[in-house]
Amino acid sequence: MKTFLILGGGTAGTMMAVKMSKKLDPRQWKIIVVDQEPSHVYQPGLLFLPFGVYQPQDVLKERRSFLPRSVEYIETPIERIEPEANRVVLGKDQRVIGYDYLVIATGATIRPQETEGLMDGGWRKNIFDFYTYDGAVALADFLKKFEGGKVVVSVAEMPIKCPVAPLEFIFLADWYFAKRGIRNKVDLILATPLPGAFTKPKASAMLGSLMEKKHIHVEPDFAIMEVDSGSNAIRSYDGREVPYDLLVSIPVNMGAEVIENSEMGDDLYFVPTDKETLQSKKYENIWVLGDAANIPASKAGAVVHFQMEPAVENILAHMQGKPMHAKFDGHANCYIETGYNKAALIDFNYEVEPLPGKYPLPLVGPFSLLQESVINHWGKLAFRFMYWNMLLRDIPLPVSNHMSMVGKKLN
Amino acid sequence: MSDVLASIKFDADGFMEDAKQWNKEVAAALAAKEGITLTERHWVVLDYCRKEYEAKGEAPTLRNITKNTDVGTKELYELFPGGPGKLAAKIAGLKKPTGCI
Repeated sequence: MKTFLILGGGTAGTMMAVKMSKKLDPRQWKIIVVDQEPSHVYQPGLLFLPFGVYQPQDVLKERRSFLPRSVEYIETPIERIEPEANRVVLGKDQRVIGYDYLVIATGATIRPQETEGLMDGGWRKNIFDFYTYDGAVALADFLKKFEGGKVVVSVAEMPIKCPVAPLEFIFLADWYFAKRGIRNKVDLILATPLPGAFTKPKASAMLGSLMEKKHIHVEPDFAIMEVDSGSNAIRSYDGREVPYDLLVSIPVNMGAEVIENSEMGDDLYFVPTDKETLQSKKYENIWVLGDAANIPASKAGAVVHFQMEPAVENILAHMQGKPMHAKFDGHANCYIETGYNKAALIDFNYEVEPLPGKYPLPLVGPFSLLQESVINHWGKLAFRFMYWNMLLRDIPLPVSNHMSMVGKKLN
Repeated sequence: MSDVLASIKFDADGFMEDAKQWNKEVAAALAAKEGITLTERHWVVLDYCRKEYEAKGEAPTLRNITKNTDVGTKELYELFPGGPGKLAAKIAGLKKPTGCI
């Protein structure tokens, strides 16, 4: 009996387990998934929790229920990976599991302790994150009682999971405060290490002008040095100071501790991975999917979705000793909530930046690329249903893995 | 000063196109253009950037520099005011660092 071991039961790990359970002969292969938390979090939903749009049951479900029955599920932290010996040491009882193939899908987590002063006096009092369930829920309670002041959204360092989430948060905050009739008492500020609103030029320009229209101030090139929760201000290395009444922090994102402990990662503990085959650069029986990989693609569930098919194809080819032909092209598409029941949509890959046009059908859409529309917003909300009921269960979505230029306007 | 740079090709953002054309004199001239006089501390960073580039083919991130040299982030910003990542790469004669997604 051979072992196909998957570390992490999030979007990537779950999808991989479902797909492989259909492909691998159960008389020859045992599939094991290891994760430390009982709940599967619909991470895109965390954005909506602070504003009371979603309830906890919308974003949390039992992890086991999304894994096929034939898959063995072990709930424990993971101590370390020993890739030279093809085995993994689990935290519970130091149990050791040998593997023939390993999939690393251990994701990325926030590390607020990396920023000086972030976890001092103000943490979870007037400083919150919304990248964790607890953080998003605590922020919802705070916002209900908030009567006005300076709201600063601070991005510590790139890369972060879902690079548009900070913008979406601030757009939704603009709308939320307007609905409560206190928008005129609130200053909205985005302090970002990027030179503008986003990483890609055309999208950055579009989103930047949207920020202006909504009276949101951008503090660009802001490399945060420290949080001073005594005087409620953040300071940058180049000597700028931005005061806040509410600080919404997107802390440094890093790969999992098990990657750190196993010395398998880069400076941020993301695993060096071939950006096309998704195979580990160092070990030929290891694949790295989703946020855990150091590839230059966005860290987001929609990206994982596009990675899955080429990864599975390559793993199966490798098992049969055949050449690996399937390539991941860096395809990402993200709905960007812009408030007032509208959203924008961007679609891009390694080579092509987000362009205006229609998606997924050229000229028809129904979704508009790089501009706000109501139907984009419904697409975003519908995606939650598709995530739980189709994506994780391997029911095909009507979009292509490879990015298409058809329907896009170059200028 | 500019004689040193005369035969060197730059991209639109002022980064050298061919890292092999770089030497210490070129570095000094590039630094002068940015209003920087190179000190021993600058060289700790520049030497490290070159070494990383030769090993990995791209300029190191700020985190990488501060982790593997004794230069902290604060000092980096003092040595290379504005954007230390880009500025150090520029003076070290390396291609523009690829931005994060």
